[in-house]
This record gives sequence, structure tokens and C-alpha cells, in this order.
Amino acid sequence: MESFVQHDGIVVPLLRSNVNTDDIIPARFLKSVRRTGFAAGLFGNWRYLADGRTLDPGFVLNRPQYAGASILVARDNFGCGSSREHAPWALNEYGIRCIVAIGFADIFHTNCFNSGILPITLDAAQIDVLVKSLDSSGPRWRVDLPAQTLTAADGNSYSFAIDPFKKRSLLAGLDNIDWSLAHRSDTLAYERRRRNEAPWLFPTPTE
Amino acid sequence: MAPEVVDPPRTMFDKIWAGHLVRDEPGEIPMLYIDRHLTHEATSPQAFAGLRARDLPVHRPETVVAVIDHNVPTTPGRRLIDVVDEQSVLCIETMEDNARDFGVTLLGMDHEDQGIVHVIGPELGLSLPGMTLVCGDSHTSTHGALGIFAVGIGTSEVEHVLATQCLLQHKPRTMSVEIDGVLAPGVTAKDIALAVIGRLGTDGGTNHVIEFGGSAVRALTIEGRMTLCNMAIEAGARAGMVAPDDATIEYVRGRRFAPAGDLFERAAAQWLQLAGDPGARFDTEHRLDLGQLAPQVTWGTDPGMVVDVTGTVPDPAHTSDPEERARLWQALDYMGVEPGERMQDIAVDTVFIGSCTNARVEDLRAAAGLVTGRRVADGVRAIVVPGSMSVRRQAEAEGLADVFRAAGFEWREAGCSMCIAMNGDRLAPGERCASTSNRNFEGRQGRGGRTHLVSPATAAATAVVGHFADARELWQEVR
Ligand code: SF4
Repeated sequence: MESFVQHDGIVVPLLRSNVNTDDIIPARFLKSVRRTGFAAGLFGNWRYLADGRTLDPGFVLNRPQYAGASILVARDNFGCGSSREHAPWALNEYGIRCIVAIGFADIFHTNCFNSGILPITLDAAQIDVLVKSLDSSGPRWRVDLPAQTLTAADGNSYSFAIDPFKKRSLLAGLDNIDWSLAHRSDTLAYERRRRNEAPWLFPTPTE
Repeated sequence: MAPEVVDPPRTMFDKIWAGHLVRDEPGEIPMLYIDRHLTHEATSPQAFAGLRARDLPVHRPETVVAVIDHNVPTTPGRRLIDVVDEQSVLCIETMEDNARDFGVTLLGMDHEDQGIVHVIGPELGLSLPGMTLVCGDSHTSTHGALGIFAVGIGTSEVEHVLATQCLLQHKPRTMSVEIDGVLAPGVTAKDIALAVIGRLGTDGGTNHVIEFGGSAVRALTIEGRMTLCNMAIEAGARAGMVAPDDATIEYVRGRRFAPAGDLFERAAAQWLQLAGDPGARFDTEHRLDLGQLAPQVTWGTDPGMVVDVTGTVPDPAHTSDPEERARLWQALDYMGVEPGERMQDIAVDTVFIGSCTNARVEDLRAAAGLVTGRRVADGVRAIVVPGSMSVRRQAEAEGLADVFRAAGFEWREAGCSMCIAMNGDRLAPGERCASTSNRNFEGRQGRGGRTHLVSPATAAATAVVGHFADARELWQEVR
């Protein structure tokens, strides 16, 4: 997995609450068996005109000042709905490395970490100030994961919280499978114990 | 003498969580053992590809069951040639290859037990009380109706569980939602679910596992509890659960993959101990008296935008928060409805009875009961897509299929179908649908399509009347 340490990038504001994963990537774009090939479907119902191909100049991602954006700022409950990890994959492939919001839906939040995207939660008042600064000071922010800070173009800095385990994984670009396999003996011990307590969960093929 | 240590009373969720902890060390994320892993062709290909890339086997393939549901055609007598496009064929074939190569049971397109993953799990006894269960699908919460910690996960986590049999997850907070009230005929579990989401909001359950209780929940059948738990994710909850009771035990008894004989009795005794201890505390507690609950209909673009079928489309002018007002206007605009418009004046083009929320045999009975002797209104396309091939056979044996066909409904084979519109069953732009599914998001049933979530009874009533109709009134006429 890609690691995340520091990041400096253009910010695009998508100032809506309850942006769901069907909005982020509609189901008709999900039919790939690979982890790539989803960027064209990103915000597929919003980004294009009725022909489904021509970029809609009115949609915020398509405005020239946000070209090449890599930080997305949104409102509350971002990523609700379907568990599809294709949503962070599509965002990542488009170039988004960090999402700043008042709140995230649970599954999406986990999927971000597993896709190398840093989700940052700030409170509504902080996001209001940050969004205002986009117009006055420019849409460029800097994210520092080791320091856990986000710094706007006007120099104002905001600290954010992050789970220490997830922070370590993201900094090193590690995924969890190797970590869990390293603790396989715990799993095997659990299975031995559990087999006695609840044998119906361990049927033998002949039963 | 040491003071007597009294364990604090625990919730059902606390018990299941504690019973599945493999490892829980400070500074780490708890490792939770997973008993059952259900998987489907839309969210698993990359997970199996990941195993191949690492040259890893599935840790316990006998705990994994794969089903093909999202991309399958639902036209009777379907074959691979009927699949909507090449990418869908590739998804289906990839699932077949992965199941074979990794030694996982597959319920493929022509299997007699094929169906929507959340319908076949409980139906086959793959989902058992007290389990931890995952699926790369948010509506995994459905299985919680049996007293299971059932949680939807992303594809990286699917790979993680396949490889390790464990999920890394911080313990969610607990929430109780106690619901009281008696349902009138024509009012169902779906109406409860929509009313609950309307009150909690679509993020009211974030970071929580909801335990549903109260007289209205106890009175629900197991299938009704599935409908309620299915929609817990639409309130943002990580999972929804109902404590096992005698009805749960009787539901599970005799199912194909459930334990039998003495082992069943032993299991059942444990399952009945799962209910929360008296006095157990939840992080968040809600009590809802639904009193004389009316059938519910969504008017907007998330499941919390819901009103009584006897009500009107809300007016954003009554909302003080400017951001919320803008959101409501956007929803009104997308849905093509006006503030103050009566729901019962809104006509539909399509009625869809199906999905993991409402395509079990009781749902089909409720719908057929209102359709008997009536005709689908002119200009309305109405389809019934059973949740599984077993539900389809049962409905045919009971004569429900004949009722639907005689009324002018299309009678299909099992799959997700128009709930997600991946298989070619979809709305055209601007079309309006009364749907028994779970998400009325923009474009969910096809780009530009307008979805109103309702119960099977309301869907049936709406199909025959042509606009949203009060199932309670039709019920009176039937009697
Ligand atoms: S029926 Fe709909 S919600 Fe249920 S699993 Fe299929 S696509 Fe998902």
C-alpha cells in the first residue's frame, strides 16, 4: 500500500452532507475485477452532462481552479451507504490523497485507510473557517501526518486526531494482513478453545 | 478476604464481542474472530486476487460461502448469454474461478439455492445466533435479526478475513432502540424501519451497534426483524441486532446448515443466554413509541427523508439551517416533487418488489394479499423479484406467483435486480418507482431514476392504484 507522510496539494470543496458511495461511484461503474479503472466513474452522476461523457463545467471538480486537486473537503457523514471500496479506489485514482470532513461513515472511513487515503475529521466551525480561507488565501493546504496537523494557505494550522495504529500503518504503507498473520498463533489458540465451547461452528465434513 | 467481584451486566453485543476476541492489546486494534464469511461477485474479485498475489490460502474455506446475486439477470430461464454485458459476465466467471480455486462453496447462477446473499444466509442456516458474520456488503446488518454481530466490510477487509479469519476493528459503541406500539394490518416492519431512520437520521447510528427491542420488535416475525436490521445501516449503524428468543430458535431449527439433534439443543441453550443482562447499560439509548404508525414513504434522496403515506412533501422553508434547506431543495429538485404535494397524488411508472430488505416469502404474501383480484394500474410496470430461488419456489407452491401474474406483475428469478440496477433491470431517467428496496439515493435504480422506498404492502397498493396508496385502506376492502 502507498504510504502517507506529508502532503501538499490543491483543495476542492464539495460542501454537501451525506455524500454517499453511490454518489462517489455509481454502481454501473463497479464492474471491474481489478482495483483500478474506476477514476472515470468518480462522481459519475454529477461530473458529466446528460450524454454521460462531456464534463459538466458547473460541477466543482471540473472548475479550472481545482484542476489537479488532491485534497477533498466535505461536510458531514461523508461516504455513507454502500460498503464499496471502489469509492476510495476511484478517489485515489483520480488523485485524492486526503479527505477532510465533519464526519465519515464507518465503513468508508476504514476503507480509506486500506486504500491509502487519509480521512481527517474536524469540527464544523473549523471547516467553515478553512473553506472561507480557500477564497481569500487560495486552495492549497499542507497535511503533516507525523505532526497530525493541517495547514491552510493563510498559515493557520489545525491539529487532528488519528488512531495510533492506523497512523503507523499509513506512515509505513503497511497493510493489516501481514500484521494479523504474524499473530496467527493467537488465532489458532482461539480456535482450539472455541471448538469446545461451540462445536457447531466447527463441523467436520461428515457431520 | 477479597471483596466479592460482581461482573457488570452486559449487553448482547458485549457478550458476542467478548466471546470473539482473539487479541486485544493496548495500542493495537482488537482482533475479532469471524465465524461466517459470505461473499458475492461484486466486491470479492480484488480480495481473491490479493490472496493470489501473496500466495495465501483461505484460512478456513468451509466458513466461506459465495453467491452470485448482483449481476445476474432475473428473467425466467436465464442463462449466461442473458447477462447484461461482458463486464458482468467477467464478474460472474471470476467468482466461479475463485470459489473453485480456493475451495469455497458457490451458489452460482443456476444453483437451486441461489439468491441474494442476505436472504440465503438465514434461509440455509448459514447464519446462526451468537456468530460474528461478515460480508463485503453494507446490508450484512440483516443477519443481526438472529442475534448475530453481522457487519459489512470493504474489499481489503474481505481479503483480510479470507487470509486470517479475523477482522481488525475497534469496539463500536452500543445503542438500544426500544420500539413500542402495535401495527395495524397493512403496516409492517419496513414502516418501522423507515420511521426509525426518519427519527434517528441517516447518521444517528454512526459508530454504534444498535440492539432493537421493545414490544413492537418482539412482536415481529424473524423475517420482519431482518427487514428492520437490514435498514440499520441506513441509520449509519455498524450493525443492527435483535436478541434471540424462542421464535429465533424455531426459525433456525431444521435449516440445512444449522446443527441438528443434541448439538442443536446445546447450541439453542447458549443462544437463549445471549440476550442482554437486566440493567445492562448502552452508550446511547432511544425509546420510540410508534403508536398508530402509518405506512411510510420516502419523498427524497436518502432514507431519512420520509413521511406518512397520508402526509405531504415537506417544505424546506420550514427548515432554519441554510445548509439543510439547500439539501432538501436539491432532493425535491431531483425527485421532481413540490413542497406541500400530497404523497397520494404522486403517480408512479414502476413498482419494484424485491431486494434483501423485502423479498422474503412473508413480504410476497403481504403484497399478494392486496393484489388478489385486482389489476396493476394502466401505464405501471410492476415486477416481483424473489429474494432467493427457494422463496420463488415457495411462492409458486402457495399460489402467490399466480396472483402476481394474473394481476399483471412480472414474476422473476432471484437476484438484486433493480435494487442496484447492475444487471440491466433499471429505471430510465425521470422514471418514478415505488420500491421495497433500501436506498433512494440519486441514480441508485438507474441514472436519473426516482426511487420512493415503501413496504411490500404499500408497493402492492400503489401498483394497483397507480399512485401512492394507503395499504390499510386496501386491506379493509380485501376483508
Ligand atoms: S438487494 Fe440491494 S442492498 Fe441487498 S445486497 Fe443486493 S444490491 Fe445490496
